[in-house]
Amino acid sequence: MDIQLTPNDVAFREEVRAFLKDKLSDRIKQAIVGGYIDKDTMIEWQKILYERGWVAPNWPQQYGGTGWTITQKFIFENECAEVGAPGVVPFGLKMVGPVIYTFGTDEQKQRFLPDILQSNVWWCQGYSEPGAGSDLAALQTKAERDGDDYIVNGQKIWTTYAQYADWIFCLVRTDPAAKKQEGISFLLIDMNTPGIEVRKINSIDNQHSLNEVFFDNVRVPVTNLIGQENKGWTYAKYLLTHERTAIAGVPQSKKAIERIKEIASQEMSGGRPLIEDDMFRAKLAQVEVDLMALEYTELRAIASVVDGGAPGPESSILKIRGTEIQQAVAELSVEACGYYAHALGDGIGNGYAGPISTKYLYGRAATIYGGSNEVQKNIIAKMVLGL
Amino acid sequence: MNFNYSEEQTLLKDSVAKFIANDYDYETRRKHCAMDGGFDVATWQTFAELGWLCVPFSEEDGGIGGGAVETMIVMEEFGKGLVVEPYVSTVLISGGVVAKAGSAEQKAEILSGIIEGNRKLSLAAIEPQSRFDLFDVATEAKFSAGYYELTGSKAMVLHGASADTFIVSARTSGSSRDREGVSLFLVPADSQGLEIQDYPTLDGHRAAELSLNSVKVPESALIGEQGATLSVLEAVADEASMALCAEAVGMMEKLYKETVEYSKNRKQFGVPISIFQALQHRMVEMFTLHEECKSLLLRAVMSHQAGGADYPKNVSALKYAVATKGQKVAHEAIQIFGGMGMTDEMSVGMYLKRINVINTLFGNGDYHLKRFMAM
Repeated sequence: MDIQLTPNDVAFREEVRAFLKDKLSDRIKQAIVGGYIDKDTMIEWQKILYERGWVAPNWPQQYGGTGWTITQKFIFENECAEVGAPGVVPFGLKMVGPVIYTFGTDEQKQRFLPDILQSNVWWCQGYSEPGAGSDLAALQTKAERDGDDYIVNGQKIWTTYAQYADWIFCLVRTDPAAKKQEGISFLLIDMNTPGIEVRKINSIDNQHSLNEVFFDNVRVPVTNLIGQENKGWTYAKYLLTHERTAIAGVPQSKKAIERIKEIASQEMSGGRPLIEDDMFRAKLAQVEVDLMALEYTELRAIASVVDGGAPGPESSILKIRGTEIQQAVAELSVEACGYYAHALGDGIGNGYAGPISTKYLYGRAATIYGGSNEVQKNIIAKMVLGL
Repeated sequence: MNFNYSEEQTLLKDSVAKFIANDYDYETRRKHCAMDGGFDVATWQTFAELGWLCVPFSEEDGGIGGGAVETMIVMEEFGKGLVVEPYVSTVLISGGVVAKAGSAEQKAEILSGIIEGNRKLSLAAIEPQSRFDLFDVATEAKFSAGYYELTGSKAMVLHGASADTFIVSARTSGSSRDREGVSLFLVPADSQGLEIQDYPTLDGHRAAELSLNSVKVPESALIGEQGATLSVLEAVADEASMALCAEAVGMMEKLYKETVEYSKNRKQFGVPISIFQALQHRMVEMFTLHEECKSLLLRAVMSHQAGGADYPKNVSALKYAVATKGQKVAHEAIQIFGGMGMTDEMSVGMYLKRINVINTLFGNGDYHLKRFMAM
């Protein structure tokens, strides 16, 4: 047992650090504020990563990936988070991209993958529906064959950044008679197609990230079908299990705790800096301990797959604990800011509370999306504990 | 970066695990508790023969040069079996003090005796008023005419009545809460003026209260430098904390796995209770708490191995986590075992009682959270 990095990994880390120091400006660090993405700045950063060949570490090399080891990917993600680099928008690079290069035709790969790598096209995810949340397979949006097209009718919801999107990847029902998982297909749809309407959802964080997407007789060429008709559920499951690295958000939570300590050193309580308040400090320490545990749980999970092994059971808790800790950290951030955590408007009070409250509110979704934590527990109960 | 055991470490783990599975079920443990001295002398000899009593000692001292990893391996498995033999008090704590601060003669005599299974020692460092502060020593040692004369009270001396020798902390200078002036002495159990009050603890182990009334020991009984051995005590306390937490982590694993098995067999409303989501989520939480403590254990052990500056902080994080999460797992196990969890017949309650003892030894959760915050 040892925790040391190899000389090669240390050299790689230096290379990443040098790149970040050179290319990551303070302006780009602001691409995500309070959980909310600034589209143009984000695309600018993703293009910088693309130029360096580092935008899609998880992709196979033949499609534009880096060929990094798992340890190198881990180092890269950590170094990026350490200096506050914005994480790439996942919908293209981490979601539909892997589905296309795994299940798509050669023509689809050529048509879609370069634009995803170069961030020329913004994707969004059409999975959830009003009646299909945790029970995703209950989805009702239907696609009926009409010559060389499908005619799509229905509604998607919670569609993050649909207002920016050029394309949407959708789960649609192509066989209403089949068992619910077996009648689903995976369809790529151009957002400019007539019959698509995007409506904003006002969310508790006062930002615009969530939308509803309506489909009214939307005509989609059959060539936009991924893989086989009615096999979409298989591809969707693949997508859900594919992107599991960095799910715990350890470096981000570490950064957030550092920030809390800075704020709590400025904020006063009882005539002294809040950071000297035993009760506040104890709550923070408890979260720090949980985060230290999570960090090593993640290292254990990574180490178990380094040699091509299957991830150990410990990996299953990363999403649950990771999101719980993110929320606990956000709660303490808000608490640290005192009154001004609740003030709306720029430049009021200490000036730093606004984004912190936004992030806290936005972060309530973390235990809901990506399979709610309760669904995760059901999965662990079944798959790990055999219940 | 790897978390794999070496071949030797795997063999050690397998041999201890096999022993616990084949020769140390709960009934056996119960019998050991009821024996004179509260453990089985023959089993202790078996430990010696299997080479487990020499695990933490350097090859120079007659051991195998095992480190924190080897101790963790032994203790995790001991935890699963609720081993009641005085491994922690004799081998890890007393052996640890002698290995760190003993003279060549003391090491030669005592460590070889421990390794062979002939010697039992126990550390007498806690006092009724000291709680978790090892520097809070009111017992005094006065030097005159070639002898130290020790007077004071010592509390919760683990397996005290079966020890042939105590390592007693006593003050050679300063007042009771000074960090300077703490010395360590080897005190034979049959010393004049030493009273030993033996009692069982809730976890089936034994402990003793010591009363020292002008107990005379020669100059050669001093371990390490006079008045400057608090650091030795504190270093041993951190290592012992880590070992006890390894024991607790082994217990947590056993608890969640046994609870899962029990729930699959226990039927209510015509079905196994394992199908109820309310219980499933509680068991997932037990599993999660175990994995978290296991991660913190590995973190502490690996930082000890690497000589990292963050090691004491990692120990406190671990001890705090075990205090809260370990106890929670045991409480949950009792809840899901239901009425059966309340019976003495089942081992579940014993795991809880042992975890609670571990949580108190060398500082409880609050103590370690405070220490963590101060680092």
